[in-house]
Amino acid sequence: MNLEQIAESAPLSENVDSVVRFTNVDYSHPNGVPALRGISVEFKKGELVGILGANGAGKSTLVRHINGILKPTHGSVEVFGESTKNTSAAKLSRRVGIVFQNPNNQLFAQSVKSEIEFGLRNFGFDDELVRQRTDWALNTFSLIEYSNRAPMELSGGEKKRLCNALVLAWDPDIVILDEPTVGQDSEQKERLAQLVKLLLSEQKTIILVSHDMEFLWPLQPRMILMSGGKILADGTAQQVVRDRVSFSHANILAPQLVELFTELGDLGRFPADEFEARDKIRLQMTAAKEK
Amino acid sequence: MSQVLSVTPSSQAESLISIRALSYRYYASSRYVLNNVNLEIQKGEVVVIAGKSGSGKSTLLRAINGLIPHQHSGDYSGKVIVDGLEVLSAKMSELATKVGYIFQNPENQIFMFSVERDIAFGLENLSFKTPDIREKVDWALNTLGIRDLALRAPHELSDGQKQRVAIAGSIIMGQKILIFDEPTSLLDPYTASNVIRIIKNLHDDLGITILIVEHRLDLVSQIANRIIVLDEGKIVFDGEPRQVMYSSNLSVHGVTEPTIIRTTKLLDPGATGPGKSYPLTTHELAHELRKQVPRIGVFQKGSHEFGTNR
Ligand SMILES: Nc1ncnc2c1ncn2[C@@H]1O[C@H](COP(=O)(O)OP(=O)(O)OP(=O)(O)O)[C@@H](O)[C@H]1O
Ligand SMILES: Nc1ncnc2c1ncn2[C@@H]1O[C@H](COP(=O)(O)OP(=O)(O)O)[C@@H](O)[C@H]1O
Ligand SMILES: [Mg+2]
Ligand SMILES: [Mg+2]
Repeated sequence: MNLEQIAESAPLSENVDSVVRFTNVDYSHPNGVPALRGISVEFKKGELVGILGANGAGKSTLVRHINGILKPTHGSVEVFGESTKNTSAAKLSRRVGIVFQNPNNQLFAQSVKSEIEFGLRNFGFDDELVRQRTDWALNTFSLIEYSNRAPMELSGGEKKRLCNALVLAWDPDIVILDEPTVGQDSEQKERLAQLVKLLLSEQKTIILVSHDMEFLWPLQPRMILMSGGKILADGTAQQVVRDRVSFSHANILAPQLVELFTELGDLGRFPADEFEARDKIRLQMTAAKEK
Repeated sequence: MSQVLSVTPSSQAESLISIRALSYRYYASSRYVLNNVNLEIQKGEVVVIAGKSGSGKSTLLRAINGLIPHQHSGDYSGKVIVDGLEVLSAKMSELATKVGYIFQNPENQIFMFSVERDIAFGLENLSFKTPDIREKVDWALNTLGIRDLALRAPHELSDGQKQRVAIAGSIIMGQKILIFDEPTSLLDPYTASNVIRIIKNLHDDLGITILIVEHRLDLVSQIANRIIVLDEGKIVFDGEPRQVMYSSNLSVHGVTEPTIIRTTKLLDPGATGPGKSYPLTTHELAHELRKQVPRIGVFQKGSHEFGTNR
């Protein structure tokens, strides 16, 4: 046996860290619209995943299966080894936090503060913990000054921020953010990126559904491209951006730095951010001058 | 620290939109959300508004289409004139014939039983003839690539699909000013750049004056003749895209600089200050790099296969 064969024949040990597993999942909405077709995919502990794809591709439908609000029409979804058919969304939500794409689906309390506290009480946190976690969330998402404001009167970006805050407050093991950067300014995006890195270091599984390639790319996530209810590509960011056919089927454009280096004819590892890009360009320039 | 670069001629008499010393505080809010805003917009401009979350972008748009002060109560001072109408005293119905508004949240705007009825709704209200409506609705369905959704129920669409329906319903109304509040926030990148192209065509073909709130400046910097940056209800930048993007560090004001701009600034720390032609797109930066060091082996002219020219 060579090494590759050994790796292939040892799926069991590899699966130990699997926290979510979709097996041949089809889903049709009650109106008959098919939204997922034959999805098989696995997410691991401590993994950062970016899901991208055309409008209507099925991204939101897919992630809604992970906390059990949607159940597959065919196939199965297992979360922490248990089929979602046997558990309720209410129970799963404690470990699977999902921030919906549309903040209005998630906000109903009278004030920003009570919105955050509500979720925590709901999951049985004691008063002291409720206070601590609420403070943490208000601080982390710069919401202190909004504590007593009515959620429905916040600006679009502020509502989104509140949704991110209230879900992360109860510290779920799987964090799913559906379009987290919509309406966020540069500072909030930067904070969000830092937070994602922090959560990763705590071995959380983080799934970001996002059209914002310029936000995802520097994080170099595992990338999944979807179209028409199917997964078109699944691999490292570096691999997937080279799959131009899937890219155009999924209505996605390459990150600016990938475009730049492709146009420059430099197809090695693409720089993740502007600092890497600068270093790479400077190196090439020095090399050229020395010739 | 921040400078206001004004590109607008001061001939205020001809401005299509004229905002003078506008301050506004929502009834429920403790602070002023707009602070003494002065802004002149001429016919045929394409103006992008950027800025922090909560800086007052949507509020400024509402002050132009009349939602403020007509639908929101609050403290209002100053004067807003839109195509000769003073917003404060004009009727909403009158303003609506001049200004089209695409909401930040598409759900504020879609409510009919089918996508095509939803798109037709505004025109039906204006008593357009049925064949005219049909023609315009067909055009909108095709332009936005939602023909196959025509008979679907709008509330059963994905969020990005809803946003396209909302845009379709607004651009067929025939107003001479169109205001888009984050029109691409829910769209996939390809559709987003398509919508931006549609907006540009509305401007080029029909002479419509455009205001867009947009965070992704890489998408709009090429169709805009002007970028305005708001911070805490004040205009802190106002100028041509190239000028604004290279005049200082925009992230101080909450605006995400496109990756290409950040890269250029790192490569050439002197690349700030007005007057020079620094690159706005990947294509322009690649061109610049090849010019500087023509002998670099790997930096051959590539195929530019993605063809988006951002
Ligand atoms: N509530 C619903 N009822 C019926 N069909 C729906 C519903 N929500 C979504 N759909 C349909 O299911 C498919 C997948 O939608 P989904 O919301 O998962 O797309 P998405 O990839 O998240 O898109 P977007 O990028 O626009 O958010 C689409 O065809 C959509 O029209
Ligand atoms: N209806 C409202 N009532 C009270 N305050 C509001 C209302 N709408 C917006 N605000 C507040 O006004 C400020 C500016 O909001 P907005 O113009 O929506 O910001 P932007 O569009 O730049 O994100 C924010 O602090 C927001 O919370
Ligand atoms: Mg979605
Ligand atoms: Mg807004």
